[in-house]
Amino acid sequence: MNTTTVDDSISKKIHTKQSVQTIWRQRKNFIFKVAVIALCFLAMLPLFFIFAFIFKQGISSISWDFISTPAVSDTGVKGGIFNAIVGTITIVGIATFIAVPFGVLIGVFLSEYKTSRMAKLTGLCVEILHSIPSIVVGIACWAWIVKTSGQFSALSGGIALAIMMLPVLIRSTEETLKLLPTSLKEGSLALGAPYWKTIILVILPAGMSGIVNGILLSVARVTGETAPLLFTALGSRFTNYNIFKEMEALPLMIYNYARDPDELVQSQAWGAAFVLLVMILAMNLFSKFLARKWKWQG
Amino acid sequence: MDTKRFPIDFFSLGLRMLAGLLIMLVVAFFITLVNGSSEAFSEFGARFIWANDWNPNYDDVGGTLGSLPFIVGTLLTSFLALLISIPFSLSIAILLGEYFKKGAISSFITSLIELLAGIPSVIYGFWALFYLVPKMQEFKVSMGMNNNGFGVMTSAIVLSIMIIPFSASMTREIMGMVPQGLKESAYALGTTRFEVIKDIIFPYCKSGIFAGFMLSLGRALGETMAVTMVIGNNNETPGSIFALGNTMASLLANEFAEASDDVYISALIFIGLILFVITTIINLLGKLTITSLSRNG
Repeated sequence: MNTTTVDDSISKKIHTKQSVQTIWRQRKNFIFKVAVIALCFLAMLPLFFIFAFIFKQGISSISWDFISTPAVSDTGVKGGIFNAIVGTITIVGIATFIAVPFGVLIGVFLSEYKTSRMAKLTGLCVEILHSIPSIVVGIACWAWIVKTSGQFSALSGGIALAIMMLPVLIRSTEETLKLLPTSLKEGSLALGAPYWKTIILVILPAGMSGIVNGILLSVARVTGETAPLLFTALGSRFTNYNIFKEMEALPLMIYNYARDPDELVQSQAWGAAFVLLVMILAMNLFSKFLARKWKWQG
Repeated sequence: MDTKRFPIDFFSLGLRMLAGLLIMLVVAFFITLVNGSSEAFSEFGARFIWANDWNPNYDDVGGTLGSLPFIVGTLLTSFLALLISIPFSLSIAILLGEYFKKGAISSFITSLIELLAGIPSVIYGFWALFYLVPKMQEFKVSMGMNNNGFGVMTSAIVLSIMIIPFSASMTREIMGMVPQGLKESAYALGTTRFEVIKDIIFPYCKSGIFAGFMLSLGRALGETMAVTMVIGNNNETPGSIFALGNTMASLLANEFAEASDDVYISALIFIGLILFVITTIINLLGKLTITSLSRNG
């Protein structure tokens, strides 16, 4: 009887000690969870701040006139953003036109010849290209095109943006094609199709969803780029359709107008920021929509 | 491949040539920058890199051009931004990787982060100029400092917001490399989730997380527009984290278009070259660590 009490007391002691420890451990676990959720929530706050701020400031200056008239036209100051919208579409269009064939084909090369030394070197170069700061891309394009031609131009801006697009495009194409089953290629080759036909008519269409998604994402990424355009497209107050002349773009306009002390100009910058944000969000949402719709293919 | 009809496979040759063009593009970048900065190099020598003086009228007043204020400014803002972003990006990664792996909350947070990543730099800068700068001004006045809301700290805060999405998704990806069996055996021993994260996940992917942060740092180093708009553009080495300053990128954005004199332009290109070299080295080191990890793991 005596021994049982001793045993009991010991087991009680151990038990309480354990439970105190367990409670403490559970408490720490709980505190950690709360902290993680709180920090996560805090990190999301700026997003709402930015959206609310841009929406509040920008929506009042949006009107059909604001979108359809240029900053300055032949008849005088209009204070719209039409010239910037035209410029952004033109410059990004040039960039897409140049970058897509290059990017997709180099992506094909990287996925087809993964193990060759040339592909490894190319992969390294893609990494370097990806890490070049956007402003340095602008300076290089200034030295290559603007300095030699003596003229700021939308074309040089488009080339700068094309260089910014390339790494994203190459990587997304490569990743997409690597996921395709080898049997697809083998089947086509076994039917007697030449190699180039296999790539163009079988492999590329099969990976189309991923490639288009990559194109959309890279276009969305460069649409908001300002730094490469500072010394290439330069900006212009007039609507301009000539790609060999300087051209305005929405990000450039926002950058220049934002630093203006005049409040009217600032409100135009808010309006431009609102339009730019809507354009980029629309592209992101569209790429998401496509990705979901084409999921069965991947 | 029909090698009988075509002795050479033109298609793959073409692909090879395109890849060759890409390699040449990167080489051309380097050559252009070196070539452009040669004039400044012959004028100031290697001293340019550590000279602590930036005076565009160096000829008249006997001053000189040097890149130290901007190297210090760049490293200070970027490291500060990284430091601020670390707790946030870690907790996002943990939340998405360990607490809410699937479901409505996870996809909601993921799409919010994607939105945050999609906002252009210039809009961050614009918002910071009208929202953060006045806030910082209030804060500095209440702390008894000067009433200038611009400066290194303000730009570090914007930068940290900008790199959180990237850094969080990197960290999440790396944390996903921890073998499920390892975590499950820890849970089977009765450990709590906090203990699994602290004692299993972190030790397992320490170096990977470090590499991810390095890549985020590489991003922060080259960020131009947002920083240019709020750092105050002062060509002196910042004395404190609340001082005005200039990063290499913001200096280029500000002064390159206005530079007229050849040596001055060349000095700016030299700074572009230094920025290029620093970001490339940091990015490649980070990338190398991650690839070697994923190969081993």
